[in-house]
Amino acid sequence: MIPVTTSGPFTHKANSVQNVMATVLLALLPATALNMYLFGWPAIFLFAVTIGSCVAVEAGCLMLYGRPVKETLSDNTAVLTGWLMAASLPPWAPWWLGLLGAVFAIAMAKHAFGGVGQNVFNPAMVGRTVLLVSFPVVMTAWVAPHPLFSANAPGFADAIAITFGGHLPDTMSAASALGYVKTELSRGIPVTQSMTQVPDLMDMALGYRAGSLGETSALLILAGGLFLMYKRIISWHIPVSVIGSLFLMGTIFHAADPARYTSGMFHVMSGATFLGAFFIATDYVTSPVSKMGQLVFGAGVGLLAWTIRTYAGYPEGMAFAVLLMNSLTPIIDQYTRPRIFGRSRKGEPLPLAKEKA
Amino acid sequence: MKLFPVRGGIHPDYRKEQTSEKAIVAMPLPAALYIPLQQHIGAPAEALVQAGDVVKKGQKIGRNQGAVSATQHAPTSGRIASVTEVPAPHPSGLPTLTIVIEPDGKDEWAELPAPIADPFAADMQTINARVAESGIVGMGGAAFPSAIKLNLGTQKKLHTLLLNGAECEPFLTCDDRVMREHADEVIDGARIMAHALGVPNIVIGIEDNKPQAADIMRKAASAFANIQIAVVPVQYPMGSEKHLVQAITGKETPARMLTADLGIVVHNVATARAVHHAVRFGRPLIARVVTVSGGALREPRNVEVAIGTKISDLVEFCGGFAQRPERVVNGGPMMGQPLPSLDAPVVKGTSGILALTAEEISDRPTSACIRCGTCVTICPCGLSPVEMSSFIRKDNLEVAAKLGVMDCISCGSCSWVCPSHIPLVHYFNYAKGMLNAQTRDQRKNERIKTLVEARTIRIEKAAEAKKAALAAKKPAAAAAPAAPATTTEEKANA
Amino acid sequence: MLMAIGSLTAMGVTLGTILGAAARYLHVEENPLEEELKAMLPGSQCGQCGYVGCGQAAAALAKGEAPVTLCPPGGKAVIEALAKKLGVSADLSEHEEKGPEHAYVIEGLCIGCTRCIRECTTDSILGANKLMHTIIVESCHGCGKCVEVCPTEAIVMKPIEVTLNTWHWPKPEVAHHVTVH
Repeated sequence: MIPVTTSGPFTHKANSVQNVMATVLLALLPATALNMYLFGWPAIFLFAVTIGSCVAVEAGCLMLYGRPVKETLSDNTAVLTGWLMAASLPPWAPWWLGLLGAVFAIAMAKHAFGGVGQNVFNPAMVGRTVLLVSFPVVMTAWVAPHPLFSANAPGFADAIAITFGGHLPDTMSAASALGYVKTELSRGIPVTQSMTQVPDLMDMALGYRAGSLGETSALLILAGGLFLMYKRIISWHIPVSVIGSLFLMGTIFHAADPARYTSGMFHVMSGATFLGAFFIATDYVTSPVSKMGQLVFGAGVGLLAWTIRTYAGYPEGMAFAVLLMNSLTPIIDQYTRPRIFGRSRKGEPLPLAKEKA
Repeated sequence: MKLFPVRGGIHPDYRKEQTSEKAIVAMPLPAALYIPLQQHIGAPAEALVQAGDVVKKGQKIGRNQGAVSATQHAPTSGRIASVTEVPAPHPSGLPTLTIVIEPDGKDEWAELPAPIADPFAADMQTINARVAESGIVGMGGAAFPSAIKLNLGTQKKLHTLLLNGAECEPFLTCDDRVMREHADEVIDGARIMAHALGVPNIVIGIEDNKPQAADIMRKAASAFANIQIAVVPVQYPMGSEKHLVQAITGKETPARMLTADLGIVVHNVATARAVHHAVRFGRPLIARVVTVSGGALREPRNVEVAIGTKISDLVEFCGGFAQRPERVVNGGPMMGQPLPSLDAPVVKGTSGILALTAEEISDRPTSACIRCGTCVTICPCGLSPVEMSSFIRKDNLEVAAKLGVMDCISCGSCSWVCPSHIPLVHYFNYAKGMLNAQTRDQRKNERIKTLVEARTIRIEKAAEAKKAALAAKKPAAAAAPAAPATTTEEKANA
Repeated sequence: MLMAIGSLTAMGVTLGTILGAAARYLHVEENPLEEELKAMLPGSQCGQCGYVGCGQAAAALAKGEAPVTLCPPGGKAVIEALAKKLGVSADLSEHEEKGPEHAYVIEGLCIGCTRCIRECTTDSILGANKLMHTIIVESCHGCGKCVEVCPTEAIVMKPIEVTLNTWHWPKPEVAHHVTVH
């Protein structure tokens, strides 16, 4: 006798949450590694602290809820959350930012909602947004790239002072392109003029610019995103609709008033557009499950991000846009269910077509 | 041939090479054969024999009863040992009434019905009667009595017979081998069926991973202008009747309807071969080709086996187990049913017996859903497994029904693909079973209500009749003072 | 100040009058719930719930005096229907232990007295005077009235057996801590 406990199928894809998350981490690696190189030791320290904190907070929460710690930790979701949050922090930010972010991301946004798969909002973005709102100065203290081992890069000891001592050298601060344009605009300087001061689009695409710890290299992030598509971990729907709608809004308004609005291409290449479109908006848990829903969701993210960048007080709006759309995911899911085979969208059986004689 | 896209689907590890290049071998008769009276959808057959009877090969031993049923025949000559309860080839392992035959080794044929010399001159009824008489059921696995499906021509306007040779389940190669080795028989059977249905066209759908079968079938069909071979893409579950029809015609069968409503009747290739045998030689369905495969088996092969052979005997014939199988499955690994015991027999709908290793099953403990949505993307029925399962988990079956759980064909694609290894299709099987049980209960309650009402009315009527009778007697009683005794008697009776 | 008090009082009086009038004129005569509940019950008046008949049971249910699990012959389907109508959650834990039953006549003990036949509300007992009786399982709803009246204890209740046609997969077992969405 062989006891029968489950029905079929009796073959499964060699697939697991752990593998999926590990593949996403692998896809992030090139872009993050380049940024580590560009921003040097402080970035590496902050990165390690943030991921370490996320894993530690996750372990603590699991113990608190009495869930299996080792099995759940090994699914790599906490590492991914930590990685994505670190990627959205200023590279030379102090260590406690990473730790605090981890508490908000993992304990508040994830475990308070019931753990993996139950959270409504993207944990990494909740962490980032809480930090941004609470510590606006530290969270917008950008630095220009100081490649590792280059002449003016901080050494190991300097880096420890920067990350753990909070000594951000004033001379080294720089503005992100989005922030610069916004500040200039508020001083009455038109976009057409301020744009001459920002790095050209090629530098922005390669990543040689001021920005968050893991988001500056659009090209490497794109490569990671394409890798995930090739691996069928994400589909084109969310990235294309996010970038598409952002580009469309930018282009239309730029054409109407070039002095007030930055170009579509600038929107696409700057800030967290690529990281957001490929790695953050595509978060499984907080985005819709159907392809149709994903298109709606992505278009919403792009639209909101453009609106926030253009009209709101913050230069970057990706995180807010993703969080706002996260809250709509259940409703989008409900209205974008696929059509059932043999039924109309309303659920009625299809009418029998009249036979052509 | 122009093909049409079909939604969703998966590409599992097919592992057909274990048996696809092995010719069909006939298995010698085992020591005993077990013929369940119910091997098909519908009412069980009624046993025509009892313990001690002597039967010949092909003799009818079970008579169909009711509108949907099938006859049973003795697969060989011998003595009826008993008519008793034996475990059915079913995941529950529940017993079912079964005729047990001890072969005498002579394998002597009974007197068979005369071959229909020219089936294309015979009328539909003659052919359908022969198919029904021969106990033929759908051999793809569903085991629906074929004669009923062949009779659809009288009710619906049909134009095409679609022969299903997709064989989309991993491991299974029995249809592949039947097409390669018996193409002429399959084609002849298909032509006879098309004639019985009154349809001009025959399309044979074969998945692209069986190029030899497609070539051989194309050659065998080349003499007939009305037969087309459609090589369909490898995409599980292409062998699902409604999806195959969509791939070949582009038409989507409306929910709760049959492909016949679109003018298309689908039969399995092995069924066509059985029809050929029944019509041309009068031979009933008493044997079939079964794929016996899986990593736990010593010698995987395709076996032509007598219906009623114990699965343990079949496994023994294939060299026995090389290692302890993690699971023995009746059918393919995707939609097949797990077997709790090897004592159950091979039946008419058994397409495969798989002894699978843990590595082949590659299941893991269930973890939390991460809402990746892959199940929604790949569902060939356009359902939302992630949502349905969450409602079923909370036993909210009504919402699950609204979301379409009854439209699920249990193809298992969602469970196959789930990175969290959630037994999605098991949830749906559970929900479907519960909802069916609820419908049954409801019907029973309604029936009981009618019975109770009928009884109440009857009793009331009887009481009224008594009262009326009493009233009629009253004046008489007044007239004749000797009456009171009668009245009391009436009362006592009431 | 006086203005404020005055206007508020006026408002209170006016609105109160309107509400009072509405309550009187728009009053719904009878609770239709009772009728609806009665329609859901088997209607066999078997009395196993402790009430005289299904009508009384429905009245008790409507008042919230009886649990939705009160009707054994109705089975799970009725419990769920009642629970849904009344908006309460049904506790099926006790119910499932028993499961649906049917009556069964033990051959040899039946003396053919027909008492059970007169008692059966669904006419599910076949037989005649001095002849062995049998139960039609399909229409027996397991009220158990026949068991009580049988003078020779020839009737017993048996659980309705699961067959190949009625068997279905049980709910999958998933570890408690796993939150499957």
